[in-house]
Amino acid sequence: MLKQYFDRFSWVDFFLRVFQLAAVVVIIVGIFNSIGAAKYTSGQWVTLVFAGLAQGSIYALIALGYTLVYGILLMINFAHGDVYMAGAFTAVFLANSMAASGFLATHPVWAVLLLILLAASVSMVLNVVVERVAYRPLRGAPRLVPLITAIGASFTIEYTFRGLYGAEFQSYPIIPALDGQYWNVAGFAIPYTQIVVLVAAILLMAALFFFIERTKIGKAMRAVSEDKEVARLMGIDVDKTIMITFAIGGALAGAAGVFNGIFRPQGVFFFMGFIPGIKAFTAAVLGGIGNIPGAMVGGLFLGVFEAIGPNLILEGLGIPAVNQLRDAFAFTILVLILIFRPQGIFGERLSETKA
Amino acid sequence: MSKRLFVVFSVLMVVGMLLTACGPKAAAFECTDAVGCLDLAPDEPVHLAYMLTISGATAFLGEDSKGAIEIAMDDRGGQILGHDIVLTGEDSGCNAEGGQTAATKVASDPTIVGVIGTNCSSAATAAIDTISDAGLVMISSSNTAPALTIEGETWKPGYYRVCHTDLFQGAVAAEFAYNELGARTTATIHDGSPYADQLQAVYAKRFVELGGEVTFAGAINVGDTDMRTVLTTVAADGPDVLYFPIFEPEGDFIVAQSSEIAGLENTTLMGADGLLADSFPENAGPNSVGMYLSGPYVVGDAYEAFLAKWDAKFGGVPPSGFHAFAYDGTNIILDAVEAVAVVDEDGTLHIGRQAMRDYMSNLSGYTGLTGALDCTDKDFGEIGTSHGDCATGGALGIFELGQAELDGNWPPPAVYTPGQ
Amino acid sequence: MFNTLQEKFPLIQKFALLGGIVAIYLTAVGVVITFSLRNLIGTFVSLGHVFLVLGAVGAGVLIAQQFKDEDDASTYVAGFLTGAMSSVSLILFNIVVQLFVVQASEEGVFHLREMFVNFSPDSLAFLTFGQGFLFGNVLLFFLFGLMGLLGVSFIRLPEKIRRGWINGLIWVFSVGLFSENVSQVIRELFKYSGTSFNKILFTQKALNPVAAIVLFALTFAFGYMGIKTATSQKWAAMPVEKQKTGRIVITVMAVIFVAALPWLVGLFLSQALFIIGMYVMMGLGLNIVVGYAGLLDLGYVAFFAFGAYTMGILTTTGVLGRSDLNFWTALPFAMLVGVLWGVLLGFPVLRMRGDYLAIVTLGFGEIIRILALSNWLAPLGGGAQGVLHIPQPEFFGLSMNSPQAMYYLVVLGAVLAAFVTIRLRDSRLGRQWMAMREDEDVAEAMGINLVQTKLLAFSIGAAFSALAGSIFAARLGNIFPHSFNILISINALALIIVGGLGSIPGVVVGAIILIGLPEMLREFAEYRLLMYGILLIIMMIVKPDGFMPEARRRQEIKDEKDFLTEQAAKSEG
Repeated sequence: MLKQYFDRFSWVDFFLRVFQLAAVVVIIVGIFNSIGAAKYTSGQWVTLVFAGLAQGSIYALIALGYTLVYGILLMINFAHGDVYMAGAFTAVFLANSMAASGFLATHPVWAVLLLILLAASVSMVLNVVVERVAYRPLRGAPRLVPLITAIGASFTIEYTFRGLYGAEFQSYPIIPALDGQYWNVAGFAIPYTQIVVLVAAILLMAALFFFIERTKIGKAMRAVSEDKEVARLMGIDVDKTIMITFAIGGALAGAAGVFNGIFRPQGVFFFMGFIPGIKAFTAAVLGGIGNIPGAMVGGLFLGVFEAIGPNLILEGLGIPAVNQLRDAFAFTILVLILIFRPQGIFGERLSETKA
Repeated sequence: MSKRLFVVFSVLMVVGMLLTACGPKAAAFECTDAVGCLDLAPDEPVHLAYMLTISGATAFLGEDSKGAIEIAMDDRGGQILGHDIVLTGEDSGCNAEGGQTAATKVASDPTIVGVIGTNCSSAATAAIDTISDAGLVMISSSNTAPALTIEGETWKPGYYRVCHTDLFQGAVAAEFAYNELGARTTATIHDGSPYADQLQAVYAKRFVELGGEVTFAGAINVGDTDMRTVLTTVAADGPDVLYFPIFEPEGDFIVAQSSEIAGLENTTLMGADGLLADSFPENAGPNSVGMYLSGPYVVGDAYEAFLAKWDAKFGGVPPSGFHAFAYDGTNIILDAVEAVAVVDEDGTLHIGRQAMRDYMSNLSGYTGLTGALDCTDKDFGEIGTSHGDCATGGALGIFELGQAELDGNWPPPAVYTPGQ
Repeated sequence: MFNTLQEKFPLIQKFALLGGIVAIYLTAVGVVITFSLRNLIGTFVSLGHVFLVLGAVGAGVLIAQQFKDEDDASTYVAGFLTGAMSSVSLILFNIVVQLFVVQASEEGVFHLREMFVNFSPDSLAFLTFGQGFLFGNVLLFFLFGLMGLLGVSFIRLPEKIRRGWINGLIWVFSVGLFSENVSQVIRELFKYSGTSFNKILFTQKALNPVAAIVLFALTFAFGYMGIKTATSQKWAAMPVEKQKTGRIVITVMAVIFVAALPWLVGLFLSQALFIIGMYVMMGLGLNIVVGYAGLLDLGYVAFFAFGAYTMGILTTTGVLGRSDLNFWTALPFAMLVGVLWGVLLGFPVLRMRGDYLAIVTLGFGEIIRILALSNWLAPLGGGAQGVLHIPQPEFFGLSMNSPQAMYYLVVLGAVLAAFVTIRLRDSRLGRQWMAMREDEDVAEAMGINLVQTKLLAFSIGAAFSALAGSIFAARLGNIFPHSFNILISINALALIIVGGLGSIPGVVVGAIILIGLPEMLREFAEYRLLMYGILLIIMMIVKPDGFMPEARRRQEIKDEKDFLTEQAAKSEG
């Protein structure tokens, strides 16, 4: 019996190992060929890496919302990408009127703070409303049911905002203070916008980490995520804690929406949240879902990998038009990493009830 | 429930039959049409249908065509041969399954005379069988896939189009780049839509024929936001021209992010009709100054008058470049109705469906907003024989975007037309 | 009466606020103004009106439920008050539009209309019924009050009248809403008189007023007499043997009905039925993976794509053709490819659980779509240009080029899928799946081979998806990569959960609701997905276990509830 058990498992693991090995070899061959071809300058690589970091910090902020909610409710808040859209889409109108009135040019810092405030509050309120309407009535329902209401909420939010603000593509104004400014370091020019986004996102994440680890509410959140029943017995208001979790997740997503507008002003419309939402969820899983530093690292990692991966690896393999394969590449990396570590980079091996 | 439903229906049916029995008897008219006739009593309207993309990211195309159809109807006072014209529509989306479903809905309504649509070629490819089998005529304002009118490819009787195919537009763009801009190397980017893929392929082919070189044929995905990677690949070869016949917002990203990439300083950007929308320069930002767009080019007093009517009816300017084709297409169908309808004394119309097709297939020397149209069969050499392809390629141009467009001027001035 | 009202005034306020939020939401997203052009009855009741008063009617219903124990007079007054008060949000909306849109200055920096596209003079005119600002708002106030009364009437009218009243209103509304489909069916049923009959019933898409009144009267009478309850009582009173024969008769009639359906409903609804059938097939396959084996698969569309592409490449007469197989001979290959890929994609995820599995399968779906689209694999699958010229299947020399003919094909496929599902469910394998669904570790400890069981679930599920895909390809005649997007996976998953996870009739019900209804409401265009989203939320909240929960699961839920009540009783005692 034990022998049978052993045999059966060894061949699955064996094939997975072979698969891993093959993937690693392919990746190394790709990198080797690309570097060998010396098609791109080091300046171009640095440009891509920093663009990837800025993009990754936006993924990370959205991923935090997924991970916080998952940590507490063990559910995928499928509508989270659309919550991000709501903040970004609402703030674009304020941004444009501030640009038209000249306020953005004269007081850039205040203007951006106001935008973040607006976007974060819209996303926060929306996320709390979604929780109240679509998830709270379903506490204790089978686990797939909130997933379906989350999908429903996603459609509802998208098309509500389409109805409210129209279907046209909007653009954030270019902030004059950051326009065309580069930070020159070691001979590489990095746009200010990317630096600003990266630094602001890291500050927010640090603040969140502090909040969760040090404050009373943060402790309550951790307690609820460990065990709701015991937390209730300890006198923690579980519903309120869950609400606060959604509020924080929403606010981070809204802020990410404004950062996105600074870093990449175009293409603000009702469907803009869908793909970043899926990517951010991927990032959260990559880092180990439910794990806060994991979401941050996963986001940055995914952003950079997406930015350099196609040119670095796929092009070296002789694949034409590699950039259209970027999303496929990102998901392949996800699959590979999860084969190596089924619990994500930082995740713990979860028991049946948690996975 | 079904029982009650049955009772309700049978009661209503009896009432209905009684009422019809009392109605006036139709005058004797013998239909000799090969496909069949549509008979319209004096109080019945002439029913047109559209199949356009009304929802989703390409909805601006549908809006553009639909507005033009309504203006064409208004221009006749909403009437033809003493009958009202009514318009109903289906959302065909920009995909095959939407096109087919919309087609079955249109085909199941026997009162429809003709169809204006679709916007996207993939929708038309799936719709064409159903529409043709139903005996209808269908005329498109923006299907640019060449195969749709080529015999032995996807063409079916009853299908017509007013707009130029990709064969025209891609070639004009390549000729402009090679001859006018003096470009010798080029790169292309498509977004995975059949339209953009085909257009860049035609462009690249023509560019190579002229003696140029294609350094990179790239692609992105709809929904991508970070174009820096693909632009870096383009920049590695530093081509003279980058042709990206894609849509918003991906086109916005390419233009806006192009200035961040080292190596693209001497590359001229060129888009196509997918970006020929008044919102584009504003969204793409200052980098759009100095770039070119290929697309439908319509001028003349009649067109100015059309734009004035659009402004009065909907406000502003049409959201895309295909409205003039939709206007001409609607008029061709209505002209066909006028030409082939047999009118009884009491005003009853009899419209032969094959007669409609014959009229449209033999239409030549027609002057519409988009210039001369000729729907007769044409021989395209190795590509095949085309049917119902009305465009003569005259209504095409290359536009240059400048500071004025960034400040809100629309449409931009044309710098090149193939006739020149 | 005054006292009761005063006492319950907070409730009135609450529901009025709720109704007001619904009303202003529907107005601001543009549902009201867009559908104000879509007439339901004559030219005076439009769908926009229905959406406009929805909030007020709902508030009336809610308040009436709270006034169950009060007298009629105070209930009706409360209903009127609630309805009328819920109009306040719209009156505010009117004032805002009047001040900031109609009278807005041209030079200002911020134009409200640029942000909120539906804060338009058109909306204002519709909301004030074109009666001018002041009088219009007063009118709105009283109309909403009346609608509050209408809401109350749904609860408070005497039983028989109430039944007839609701029945009549629902019928008139539904026939008006589905007028296109109804007139299509009538045209098919009564070939020659159908058209003229339709002319009596409808003017364009709206019910004619007289027809509406006749219809209302008839359905009111049916509801009043309570034919439905009478029939079911009669049925219950019948002896058991008679019920048995009755059941057989009903089954036979149902089979005949399903077989005759496409010829009763015309071309378009047949196409809708075809699409529903396709999703039933996919839903049954996915049900095995998610419902029985408990593996959350968000990338089910991948196998659909494999089926479609295999069929396309094997049968196409275009340049991509690889063989000259026809539909029937290519079908086994398509399913085989589905099975193979089920195993291949199932293999790397063997060790993953729950939501990790979900995101990886979602990734697979996207990877397959992007690869199909790529220039890289274009020589194989056509890339962006797709596969064209896929011939329709032939059946004894007859080309099945109509939705009606293809409908039979999907019904056959769905019956096959249902048969296989039932047989598997009751087999050893089915029990292994369910054991695995409940607890993987325990199942493994019990000696279940998880690898084999999981891979079988993936591959059998994939086979049906591939079957649906190949039929889809043959029906469409052309396939493009963008047809295989994530929405298909989401639809398939949503429909099995809405129907009731693991339940076979549930799949059919789910498909009709989530696929059929949106097809019939195509004219909703851009609001279709909004309605779909709201519908998903409401349905799941009202019926978390789905419309037709699986018998075994229903038992589990019941057991759990019994257990809980027992426990509660114990702890009290």
